[in-house]
Amino acid sequence: MSQATHSDVREDGVIESVSGPVVTATGLSARMNDVVYVGSEGLMGEIIEIEGDLTTIQVYEETSDVAPGEPVESTGAPLSVDLGPGILDNIYDGVQRPLEGLEEKMDSAFLDRGVDAPGIDIEKTWEFTPTVEDGDEVAAGDIVGTVPETESIEHKVMVPPDYDGGEVVDAKKGNFTVDETVVELDNGEEITMHQEWPVRQARPAGDKETPTDPLVTGQRILDGLFPVAKGGTAAIPGPFGSGKTVTQHQLAKWADADIVVYVGCGERGNEMTEVIEDFPELDDPKTGKPLMSRTSLIANTSNMPVAARESSVYTGITIAEYYRDMGYDVALMADSTSRWAEALREISSRLEEMPGEEGYPAYLGARLSEFYERAGYYQNSNGTEGSVTVVGAVSPPGGDFSEPVTQNTLRIVKTFWALDADLAERRHFPAINWDESYSLYRDQLDPWFTDAVADDWPEIRQWVIDTLDEESELQEIVQLVGQDALPADQQLTLEVARYIREAYLQQNALHDVDTYCEPAKTYRMMEAIKTLNDEAFDALDAGVPVDEITDIDAAPRLNRIGTTEGYEAFIEEIEADIAEELRGMYQ
Amino acid sequence: MKEYQTITEVSGPLVFVETDEPVGYDEIVEIETGDGEIRRGQVLESTSDHVAIQVFESTQGIDRECSVRFLGETMKMPVTEDLLGRVLDGTGQPIDDGPDIVPDERQDIVGKAINPVSREYPREFIQTGISAIDGMNTLVRGQKLPLFSGSGLPHNELALQIARQAEVPEEEEEGEESEFAVVFAAMGITAEEANEFMDDFERTGALERSVVFMNLADDPAVERTITPRLALTTAEYLAFEKGYHVLTIMTNMTNYCEALREIGAAREEVPGRRGYPGYMYTDLAGLYERAGRIEGVEGSITQIPILTMPSDDDTHPIPDLTGYITEGQIYVNRDLNSQGVRPPINVLPSLSRLMDEGIGEGLTREDHGDVSDQMFAAYAEGEDLRDLVNIVGREALSERDNKYLDFADRFESEFVDQGYNTDRTIDQTLDIAWDLLSDLPKEELNRIGEEYIEENYGDEETETSPEATAD
Ligand SMILES: Nc1ncnc2c1ncn2[C@@H]1O[C@H](COP(=O)(O)OP(=O)(O)OP(=O)(O)O)[C@@H](O)[C@H]1O
Ligand SMILES: [Mg+2]
Repeated sequence: MSQATHSDVREDGVIESVSGPVVTATGLSARMNDVVYVGSEGLMGEIIEIEGDLTTIQVYEETSDVAPGEPVESTGAPLSVDLGPGILDNIYDGVQRPLEGLEEKMDSAFLDRGVDAPGIDIEKTWEFTPTVEDGDEVAAGDIVGTVPETESIEHKVMVPPDYDGGEVVDAKKGNFTVDETVVELDNGEEITMHQEWPVRQARPAGDKETPTDPLVTGQRILDGLFPVAKGGTAAIPGPFGSGKTVTQHQLAKWADADIVVYVGCGERGNEMTEVIEDFPELDDPKTGKPLMSRTSLIANTSNMPVAARESSVYTGITIAEYYRDMGYDVALMADSTSRWAEALREISSRLEEMPGEEGYPAYLGARLSEFYERAGYYQNSNGTEGSVTVVGAVSPPGGDFSEPVTQNTLRIVKTFWALDADLAERRHFPAINWDESYSLYRDQLDPWFTDAVADDWPEIRQWVIDTLDEESELQEIVQLVGQDALPADQQLTLEVARYIREAYLQQNALHDVDTYCEPAKTYRMMEAIKTLNDEAFDALDAGVPVDEITDIDAAPRLNRIGTTEGYEAFIEEIEADIAEELRGMYQ
Repeated sequence: MKEYQTITEVSGPLVFVETDEPVGYDEIVEIETGDGEIRRGQVLESTSDHVAIQVFESTQGIDRECSVRFLGETMKMPVTEDLLGRVLDGTGQPIDDGPDIVPDERQDIVGKAINPVSREYPREFIQTGISAIDGMNTLVRGQKLPLFSGSGLPHNELALQIARQAEVPEEEEEGEESEFAVVFAAMGITAEEANEFMDDFERTGALERSVVFMNLADDPAVERTITPRLALTTAEYLAFEKGYHVLTIMTNMTNYCEALREIGAAREEVPGRRGYPGYMYTDLAGLYERAGRIEGVEGSITQIPILTMPSDDDTHPIPDLTGYITEGQIYVNRDLNSQGVRPPINVLPSLSRLMDEGIGEGLTREDHGDVSDQMFAAYAEGEDLRDLVNIVGREALSERDNKYLDFADRFESEFVDQGYNTDRTIDQTLDIAWDLLSDLPKEELNRIGEEYIEENYGDEETETSPEATAD
């Protein structure tokens, strides 16, 4: 959270009432959404309603012991984040307080209240190299210099969006703290490496364009069947234990984004700890650098104050937009958007607002679409291109997708990965239901795949989808009469579909090799199963009995491709063996 | 400390009082009735001229003349190592005729959140001696793993078996016995159930290293909302300040949630799903997230909450919200119970999310992960086929299908059904698993590394049990 504003306290009011995270105050002249400090301990809060002399505040910290009569101070500024070098390789709470800084300041493993810390280190010096010279004209958003922020990311220092811009009169080079001026303009505007931006307001951006590149995730079922675009939106709903978090972690690890912002919104503490422990040890497959150096984490776990849960997704998306403005492809994971929606509901009910469906406020849909609308692929005003991809987990009560958060989300997002308790129960992971899931980006991304992977990518993918469709129809009959009662060709289709499910769709996130599957491997796996299919049907046509065909030794090895490292030779061998075995039966 | 006689309204567990001095939110209140009896409560809402109080005990007998005292502090639990071996009521008062408790510290019962950067990811395997748990849904130190049960099912037997048998084999070997303690929080259970636990604790000597909090079915419901917080505050003290490995059993969470609903209704809140408060997720998370480990600290808190699913329905808000917070769940199943499987654990919907990090080479055995994956897949397949058999009969099924049917039967009768007094090592558990898997054709074991198959697959059809020979 912005420290600079703290000193700027303007108005005093007095607490009128306290009920959980909601506090009212009188005598406070303040604007909607301004940040206030509440009570004698100075707990951070935000103004969410003004009615006559009464101001309602949601407090981002525990309010035990806070009493009427205690003071309230307004900062006169809306809830903002600090933007500048130092955001990556960092972990924040929902209002951008650095958790490591808090641990140090509080000298405890437990989170205390009333302690504030700036979002970026204001004492640390960074090496600034200007990219402009005296006499250059710069406008808001333009890049004026660079800073090596982490091993893998070069931070671009930009003219803040609310500056007028002008002619550069001084561009310094050397080591500076984030608040020291590095570039001066003729109109007196001074540019530092530190900006602030109100979280609830989208950062101004250039033109939104139609995304054409996939966010390559290294997950076969996603890249192969239900791809999401860079700059696109995806939702991943599912009951508890179905794999939302594992999938989001997989994306955070392996997706080919430049920057990853991971928002743990109202979920488990240990899941954040896992990321903190694992990511520094893992390398980004694209750059070979530690994953943490491209990652920023926001952790508002389920037992942290509920109001800060509400703000955590905004903190995250504002950070994502900031790196987009530098020309980076950013992927934002929010786990889980349902907890954010529930925080809205909880605050709304304390305000005694008129409840909408299932107690959620009537503006739930509007808030969700505002949020996802901040995703996109942009032509930035500074000439770079950048994107924000948003992937939101949804946790529907009872696993029932007809509930308001899932439904409102589905109206907005263009990729839908439906998790299925039944698949998870039989440990078919990722438990993404291929019948229910969809991606509306498929067609627009096909040119990329045909270009980068294989000409017939769309055709072979369609073959996979058709085979799975046919399988589900046949399964209905099998449920009634058993598989042996089906005609031979249909039995064969079931066998092929089984390999699609077991060898191709299943992917073990916990296996060192299987955890990441490059598109070329994804393609070769589809091809290998197609080879089995084609050879098997040739054999059937030539009169070989179906039992013999399905009994060949080479086929079960398809199941081991995922976990095999040097897959090319392995797949070629399997394909050759399948052909040899089957042709040997009739040639 | 100001005293008021200004009660304006009494409604269910709530009392409203006019005040002229500020009262802190969450503060503790004493209300003295006409006959000198003291009731305690907590401030739910505080404004400049009145306060809403939630009374822990019953509000019966409270009238306008009662005097109300605000104690100026939030609810605290007096903690000390001397609590070990003691039995307290649901509000933390001793009920065992023992000596007065001299507290070492008084701690706030609303625990603070553990900073995620200070946590240590739990990875230490706990051997419960129960195959369905150790083999398939492994428990680790610092995990929160609830039992999802139904009324009339033997969840207490299971919880007690875990409490009795739980050990960390590595430490046993190295002889570095760590201090182990049990914190038991009963919420609205019957006296009979309570005795079941107490008798077992006494019989096994576990009581000496236990702290017991008892809120029974006939104790006030509202009191139940503080019982687990007192228990967890005690657990935190023992674990994080005194270095104990604390196993916390909380039963029955269903009663706890009912109490929350009752308070919500009395406050005329907008109810969430099925009448439970909209903030129940947050409230439960405030309890369950108090499990875990902290970097650089010896002790740990492992939680086994028990809940009974109304109508055995796991989409009911109580199990549903619990499952969304805890690190997995163990299902106690009615059908298996009536088949006589003990413990009647249905492994398929059960899950331990911390299993992956807690097993494998150096922790349990290198083949553990693959074996359990394969067992899940095979049992799920056999289970599916049972429906089909009912329609078409066994003869209509292929040889492969019949093998899976046999596997499912053996899985239940040999792997899961072990009785409440059998304590199996992880090696024994995995060996039984291999014995079962060896009934399936080798090629079917596609989730297991070839090197493990080589080593463990029993080729000869020798020691198969009688039920395994189908047709
Ligand atoms: N791709 C995968 N590979 C291997 N295991 C997986 C995979 N996806 C999920 N799992 C298993 O499923 C378990 C539950 O997954 P996860 O924690 O992601 O569920 P969730 O949907 O986030 O649940 P909740 O809503 O309760 O947070 C994991 O602990 C892991 O054991
Ligand atoms: Mg999750």
